[in-house]
Amino acid sequence: MTILLYLVPAALGLGLLALAAFMWSLRSGQYDDLDGAAHRILNDDDVRVD
Amino acid sequence: MRTVADYSSFLRSVADGRFNLELAVEGISSADAIAEIESALASIPGLTHARLNFTTRRLTTEWIRADCDPSPAIRTLERLGYRVAPFMGDAAENEEDRYTRWLLRCLAVSGFAAVNVMLLSVSVWAGNVTDITPETRDLFHWLSALIALPAAGFSGQPFFYKALRALRQGDMTMDVPISIGITLALGMSVFETAHHAEHAYFDSALMLIFFLHLGRVLDHAMRKRTRSAAANLAALRIPVASKINAEGYVSEVPSDVLVAGDLILVAAGSRIAADGVVETGQSRIDASLMTGETELAVVKSGDLVHAGTLNQHGALTIRVTAAGSRTLLSDIEKLIDEALTSRSRYVQLADQIARIYAPIVHIAAALTAMMWITLGSSVHDALVVAIAVLIITCPCALALAAPVVQVLTAGALFQKGMIIRSGDMIERMAEIDTIIFDKTGTLTLPEPSLIDASQLSNDALLIAGRLALSSHHPLARAVSEAVREKRNRLEPYPDAQEITGSGIRCIIDGVEARLGSQSFCNVTVPVWNGSSSYLAFRHGSEAGLISVGQSLRPDAVETIKRLKANGYQVMILSGDHSDIVRKVASELGIPDWRGHVLPKGKRDLLMVMKEQGHKVLMVGDGLNDAPALAAATASLSPATGADVTQAAADAIFTGKRLSPVFDMLMLTRKGKRVMIENFGLALIYNLIAVPLAVLGYVTPLIAAAAMSGSSVIVALNALRARRAETFNS
Repeated sequence: MTILLYLVPAALGLGLLALAAFMWSLRSGQYDDLDGAAHRILNDDDVRVD
Repeated sequence: MRTVADYSSFLRSVADGRFNLELAVEGISSADAIAEIESALASIPGLTHARLNFTTRRLTTEWIRADCDPSPAIRTLERLGYRVAPFMGDAAENEEDRYTRWLLRCLAVSGFAAVNVMLLSVSVWAGNVTDITPETRDLFHWLSALIALPAAGFSGQPFFYKALRALRQGDMTMDVPISIGITLALGMSVFETAHHAEHAYFDSALMLIFFLHLGRVLDHAMRKRTRSAAANLAALRIPVASKINAEGYVSEVPSDVLVAGDLILVAAGSRIAADGVVETGQSRIDASLMTGETELAVVKSGDLVHAGTLNQHGALTIRVTAAGSRTLLSDIEKLIDEALTSRSRYVQLADQIARIYAPIVHIAAALTAMMWITLGSSVHDALVVAIAVLIITCPCALALAAPVVQVLTAGALFQKGMIIRSGDMIERMAEIDTIIFDKTGTLTLPEPSLIDASQLSNDALLIAGRLALSSHHPLARAVSEAVREKRNRLEPYPDAQEITGSGIRCIIDGVEARLGSQSFCNVTVPVWNGSSSYLAFRHGSEAGLISVGQSLRPDAVETIKRLKANGYQVMILSGDHSDIVRKVASELGIPDWRGHVLPKGKRDLLMVMKEQGHKVLMVGDGLNDAPALAAATASLSPATGADVTQAAADAIFTGKRLSPVFDMLMLTRKGKRVMIENFGLALIYNLIAVPLAVLGYVTPLIAAAAMSGSSVIVALNALRARRAETFNS
C-alpha cells in the first residue's frame, strides 16, 4: 500500500493545479465575453499574407 | 454659434495615465462586427485600444490624453450603421458581476473537492465489499475530511450567509435546510471517522454544494445578459444633452450633469433632456410619452417644457429649471412607491414550499431518532439514522426546481426580444387573466409613421424617401422607413442638404427637389387637424403633402385576436381623447375602453380590478402609465418607453411588433407549469428516499446516487419550458 503515498498526493496535486489554472483564468477576465471569444478565433487579421 | 459634438466629458481616468470611454453599441447583428468595428477604429488619433465585448455589446476604448476628442470614433461607427452612446457604468451591474465571480470561485472549489473526495469514496465503497483494511479506510476518510472541510467552509458561504440573514429576519428560505444539511453531514462524518465507522458523507455534502452552485451560476449568467441589454437600451435613449456654454459653443454632456440655469439646444426631432423654459425658438411638442395625448402642443419663448417630450418642428434653446425631470416626476414617483409595496408581498413558489418543507423534514428526523430509541437501539445509532434522513432530504432538487426553469424561460424570452428584470416575474406573469393596454406608443407604434401619400406619384415618393434619409427628424424618418419597406435598398443623395427647421433639398436631374415644411416647399396647407403632421414635397411642377402620424403596430389586430382566443380579457386605458381611443378600440375589436384617464385614475382602476380578484397585466410606455405598471400583478413596457416607466415594469419588449406580449404570456405559463412539475418530481424523490432513510437503509452510496439523480431529472425536465406555443409557431 506504499503506492498510495505517491498516488494520493499526485492526484490531489493535479486537481489543485487545475483549480489554480481556473482561478487565474477567472481573474484575468477570460470569462467576461464568452460569445466574443468563440468568434474572435475565426478572425485572422493577425496573419500577414506576403 | 458653432455646434460641435464634444464627448470628451465622458472620458474616465484609468491606471497608468490613460483614459477610458465605454460605449454601448446597437445594431450588431453578427460576429463580423468585432473585426469591422475594431479595425475601423485603429486609425483614430489618440485612441490606443478598442475592444468590443460581444456578450454585453459594449465597446471599451482607451485614449492617451484627457483632452482627446472621441467624436471621430463615434462618427465612424455611425457611418458603419451602428448606433452608439457613451455608457456611464452601472453600480448594480458591477456589484452583480463581483457576486457572479465569487459564485464561480465557489463552484470551482466545490467541484475540485467533490471530484477528489469522490475518488477516495469510490475506493472505500469498492473496498467495503472486498478487502479494504480498517486502517486504509480511516486514512481515506481523514484525507476526505482534510479536503472537504476547508472546501465546504469556503464554497458553502453563499448559503450560510443567506440562511443566517433569513433566520435573523424570522423568515424561511431553501438556504436554511441546505445549510443545516451540509453542516450536519460534515459534522457527523468527522465524528464517525473518529470512531472508525464504515460510512462517511463528505462526498454528499460537496456534491450538493456543487450542484446548487451550478444552478445559481447559470441563473447569474442569464441575468447578466439581460441586465446589460437593458442598461444599453437606457444609455441609447436619452444619451446626451447639447449644452450651450458661455462662449456659445455646444458640447454634448451627460444629461444628468445639467443643473438649473444651464442653457441647452434641442434640435428638431430630438427629445428634451430636462425641464425648462423656452428662451428662443418656436415649435410643436409631442408629449405623448408623458401623457398619452397625441395632440401636439404649440410652444414659444416663455413656455414651460418637460423632459422626455419630443421636439417636432423647429430648434429650441431652453433654460433648464430642473435637471432630469423632477417637477413632473415627483408626483408620479410617489404613486409608484405606494404601488410597489403591494407587489413586494408576493411570495415565490419556492419560498412558499420552503416554509412548509423545512419544518416537516426536521420533525421527521426527530421522530426517526425517537422511534429508533424506543425500539431499543443506542442513542448514537438513532442519531446517525436521523442525520441520514436530514442529509437525504437536503433540498438539492427542490432548490434547483425553480431557478433552472427561470434561466431557460428568460433565455427563450430574450431570444424573442424580451428582457426580463427578475426571475420571479415569471410566476406572476403566468397567473394573468386580464390585460390592460395603454394606447399611444403601446398599441400604436412609438414613432410616427406614414399614413397617407396618395397626393404623390410613386416616383415622387421614391425621391422623397431618398431625400428623407439625409435627416434624423422623426417625420422624415417615417417617410424613409415607409419607402424602404417597399424597396430593399434606398440610398441617400450624396449632395442633399438639410436646412435646420425647414427641410432637405437637393438638385435631381437639374431640378431642385425639396422635402420639409409647407412654406419651404411652397405647398398650401389644409386645416391642421391636430394629431397628424404633414411633410410637404416639391420637385419641379410635382408637389403634394405626405401625412404622417400614429399608426397601429403591424400585428396588433392579430395579437389581440389571439389573446382573446386564449381566454384573456383585454381592455384599453388611455390618457388620449376619447374619440381617438374609440377609433383604435373598434379597429382592434376591444369593446372595453376608457379615454382621458389620468395617471392616478389608471392606477385606481387597476387596484379595483385586483381587489375583484383579477390578475392584471399592464402594458404601457408613458410616464402616465408608470404608477399603473407598478400596481399591476405584472407589467410590460416597450423599449421605447420613458425611463421611469421601464423601471416600474417587470419586462421590456423590443421591436415594432406587439406579438411579444402574447409570447411572454405563453412562455411564462409554460414555465410555471414546468416549475410545478419539477416540485412534484422533487417531492416524489423525497417520498421514496425518506422511508428508506427512516428505516436506516441509506448508505453514502445511495445518498450520492439519489441526490445527483434527482437533480439531473429536474434539470432535464426544465428543458421543456422552452417549448411553448408562441406567436410564430
